[in-house]
Amino acid sequence: MREHFAQELNNLNQHVLTLAAKTEHAIQQSTKAVSKHCADTARKVIAGDYQIDMDEIKIESICLEMLALYQPVASDLRHVITLLKINNEIERAADYAVKISRSVLDMITYDLEKIEEYDFSEMASISREMLRSALDSMVYHDTNMSYNVLKRDEKLDSIHKGNYQWARNMIIKHPEEAGYYLDCLTVSSSFERIGDIATNICEDIIYFHQGKIVRHTGNTNKDSECQKEKS
Amino acid sequence: MPNKVIVKNLNFFYGKSQALFENNIEIKEKKITAVIGPSGCGKSTHLRTYNRIFELYRNQSATGEILIDGENILDPGVDVLELRRKVGMIFQKPTPFPMSVYENVAYPIRLHFKLSKSEIAQRVEESLIGASLWDEVKDKLHHSGLALSGGQQQRLCIARAIATRPEIVLMDEPTSAIDPIATLKIEELLIHLKKQFTILIVTHNMQQAARVSDYTCFFYKGQIMEYNVTNDIFTNPQNKKTEEYITGRFG
Repeated sequence: MREHFAQELNNLNQHVLTLAAKTEHAIQQSTKAVSKHCADTARKVIAGDYQIDMDEIKIESICLEMLALYQPVASDLRHVITLLKINNEIERAADYAVKISRSVLDMITYDLEKIEEYDFSEMASISREMLRSALDSMVYHDTNMSYNVLKRDEKLDSIHKGNYQWARNMIIKHPEEAGYYLDCLTVSSSFERIGDIATNICEDIIYFHQGKIVRHTGNTNKDSECQKEKS
Repeated sequence: MPNKVIVKNLNFFYGKSQALFENNIEIKEKKITAVIGPSGCGKSTHLRTYNRIFELYRNQSATGEILIDGENILDPGVDVLELRRKVGMIFQKPTPFPMSVYENVAYPIRLHFKLSKSEIAQRVEESLIGASLWDEVKDKLHHSGLALSGGQQQRLCIARAIATRPEIVLMDEPTSAIDPIATLKIEELLIHLKKQFTILIVTHNMQQAARVSDYTCFFYKGQIMEYNVTNDIFTNPQNKKTEEYITGRFG
């Protein structure tokens, strides 16, 4: 029975990684849609979300089945629960890719020649790297990587705060283009939320490996966590 | 939370063969402590020292201290009959006496207390109510205890054990010989009983330990490997062996 459970767990991991790969692709494509003002790419991201939603439901039902049939405990329980939560987080990350794409479809209706554009490349790159590292930390069972992701979230928050001020000023300056700048704000907040999702995933991975809940503790510093344990 | 039992450096021997090694544990009062571990790890042996029931067999001996309310019960001067009243025990297979339901419960009351007939009758009723059996047997108190179902027989044994008003109840795999519905009834009963008694339960059923106990103790090769609140043992055990055992990697 143990072997059977291990096999099921392995399959579940694979399902989650496949979902993660689809979501990463969706985020990458939505980033491309923003930078290239490409409606086709944006529409493809929106259309592809249905499959991601279906995959999420399938993974959730596998997790529930495993909890009901095997009643796992200790690290097995933490493993299934972590995958259940990460599954949900990944699906939400894909929703933000859709949100970005929908904003693109609206943004391209404005006369982009006349508009002062915002370059989202830094935000996009940080949030995608954070998500990639979060998923790598899951694959490689590396909590150091998870803690490093947690530390990077502040940078994204601060860029988003700056964007808020920028959008506010632009709306005051060009009230006739307010819709465009509000779309920019939506894109900015979506990248910021993808970063938050990466940190959530990392917190779940730390819980899985260390049995320690680091959510809402405000303590993302691994060294101080280790010192606490020693004392 | 006060400790009901404090075990210090307990060693146990079957002849020359040592079965328990330097067991140290503090059992919390009016809580359920589950004792888990693979077969032959010393769980039942450990339990059987608390009322010195091992002394009924030859060549078995224990060293160290078992302090119940501060008194070392391994001391030769201890009144063993009184100890066994204070520390009741339930076994794997229901063991009703070949007598009526009523007499099964009245027997130990008569053995330990000098009470009038009506007082005994009242104590029997209280015990059967306490063991969640009264409603099922009140109309057949004078039928044989052996005629009850397996689950009812085990609850009759619980009624018999609590009739002497013990302080500690030891249960050695009390549900391993009965069906799942009867098992659930006994598990619910345990939750009620802990309001009055300190309970130790040896079980092979991991879910049962997780469901009913407040504390869990993991034994391996005669040693206590880990003892902690049940939640922590089943979500985040600290000892590698505990982790391996409860996740089914061995045992």
